Amino acid sequence: MAEIDREQLLHVANLARLELREEELERLGAQLNDILAAVSKVSELDLSDVPPTSHPLDVVNVWAEDEPHDCLSIDEVFANAPEREGNYFKVPPGGTS
Amino acid sequence: MIDTLRLTAHEAARLLRENEISGAELWEAYRRAIDERDGELHCFLHVCDDPGGDGIPLAVKDIIGTKGIPTTAGSKILENYVPVYDATVIRRAKEGHGLRVLGKTNTDEFAMGSSTENSAYGPTRNPWDPTRVPGGSGGGTAAAVSSGLAPWGLGSDTGGSIKQPSALCGNVGLRPTYGTVSRYGAVAFASSLDQIGPVAKNVRDCAFLYSVIAGRDPCDSTTVELPEAVRVPEGDRLEGIRVGVPKEFNEHEAIEPGVRDAVRRAIELCSELGAEVGECSLPLALDYGVPCYYLIAPAEASSNLARYDGVRYGHRTQLESDRYEMYTRTRDEGFGDEPKRRILVGTYALSAGYFDAYYGQAQKVRTMLIREHAQAFERFDLLVTPTSPTVAFELGARTADPLAMYLSDLLTIPSCMAGLPGLSMPCGLSEGLPVGLQLVGPQFSENTLFRIGHALEQALGFDPVPERLRT
Repeated sequence: MAEIDREQLLHVANLARLELREEELERLGAQLNDILAAVSKVSELDLSDVPPTSHPLDVVNVWAEDEPHDCLSIDEVFANAPEREGNYFKVPPGGTS
Repeated sequence: MIDTLRLTAHEAARLLRENEISGAELWEAYRRAIDERDGELHCFLHVCDDPGGDGIPLAVKDIIGTKGIPTTAGSKILENYVPVYDATVIRRAKEGHGLRVLGKTNTDEFAMGSSTENSAYGPTRNPWDPTRVPGGSGGGTAAAVSSGLAPWGLGSDTGGSIKQPSALCGNVGLRPTYGTVSRYGAVAFASSLDQIGPVAKNVRDCAFLYSVIAGRDPCDSTTVELPEAVRVPEGDRLEGIRVGVPKEFNEHEAIEPGVRDAVRRAIELCSELGAEVGECSLPLALDYGVPCYYLIAPAEASSNLARYDGVRYGHRTQLESDRYEMYTRTRDEGFGDEPKRRILVGTYALSAGYFDAYYGQAQKVRTMLIREHAQAFERFDLLVTPTSPTVAFELGARTADPLAMYLSDLLTIPSCMAGLPGLSMPCGLSEGLPVGLQLVGPQFSENTLFRIGHALEQALGFDPVPERLRT
């Protein structure tokens, strides 16, 4: 199994919206490769005819009646907001990956 | 004088009913025990004021949301989070039985860990030996119950976070069948695996608390009606029960001799109580269970933890930044190492070009684990194994090596992957520390597990109070 290099690690961190400090890149990068080497064991098995399991219970199409019911008040919704303006969550502008 | 070290929830209910103690006195007894011992053990992240009434106090893992009571998930990213609604299990505990939330217990960050050392708020210590870990992720609840700081508690289990700490602290803990207990209001880790369940001093209390929280909840569409009502177990014989002993789970090289011997004695006891005992094999479970789990759980975690973005709740960076930097810095500051590792592994395993080889393949291995267990249950009513390969280990022993820590759950993970219920109960001591016995049954077999656990408990006569705390 190929090792994850620094560039790939930065790519994955970007996908996950994690800023990694230099020290973390070193340490977590090495651990990540160890973990991936260990979990790659799953590829030893030939399971081409085996269906995947996404969920251990055989539950399909759980519907709910379309009925209004009590919900949180606006103030409860914003109770834990880092920053609020009116009835909006306020965030800083712009920025790209 | 109320001896919280020995008081079961069942006995507390009797004392209250017969007016031998008041609800306030019961609460005070636990508060005194917490004041006396929690400075050393650090089971609680938050201790509540008495909400009044005469319900039995309940310790709640800090993964489970509690209205008006801080819920951190053991993470800095939720340091100031106070839920505005109760999780369904809390609502049921309050409404059905007037249970009072005593406090929120320590956990590995986002329930990711096997020792409670990944908590952002410092580790919990094992009441049997404070130089050792209580297990994890639910080490806070387990240590609180075994040290008399709570009569019982709730935990959550993704790959062993109820069963393994119960084993290491000498408690009875149930990971219920997937789908029997609502996760609504709990902090999500890996949604195809997460279950909430009870931790108690004996099997009967464990069964009763399970009956309080189990059942379908429209707010969690993965829940189902129980096929039969929960029965608090009676009886001390095991005639007609077929006990399977999976040889890989009882002979693995990672199992300490003292653990192996205690479990062997418990299996012999099953025979003496009238059960039919036979050997079976789960050839893939131990070699592929942990690798399968450490793909599926991180993949689901990377998705679930995307919600911590500094926008709606939780930590937000104080650094001046644009929106993109606000996300990335908030998450860097708020998450500890273990969630970061799992987010990275999970994101990688789900990313373009790698999905089939990692996540897709792990889902197929999961099917194989389900089939392997189903085959064993054609011949047996339950499987008996050690819960943990070792007794409680020293603080710091596995923190430098994530893979060594992951193997702590070697024996609990396979049945979790298969959605099966598992009960851990103490079956003896090794090196003066509790050994956990794991009983695994088919889906919805909780009543069978309780019946067998109760009969074994009577025969074993294990004293769940840590030796150093006995008076």
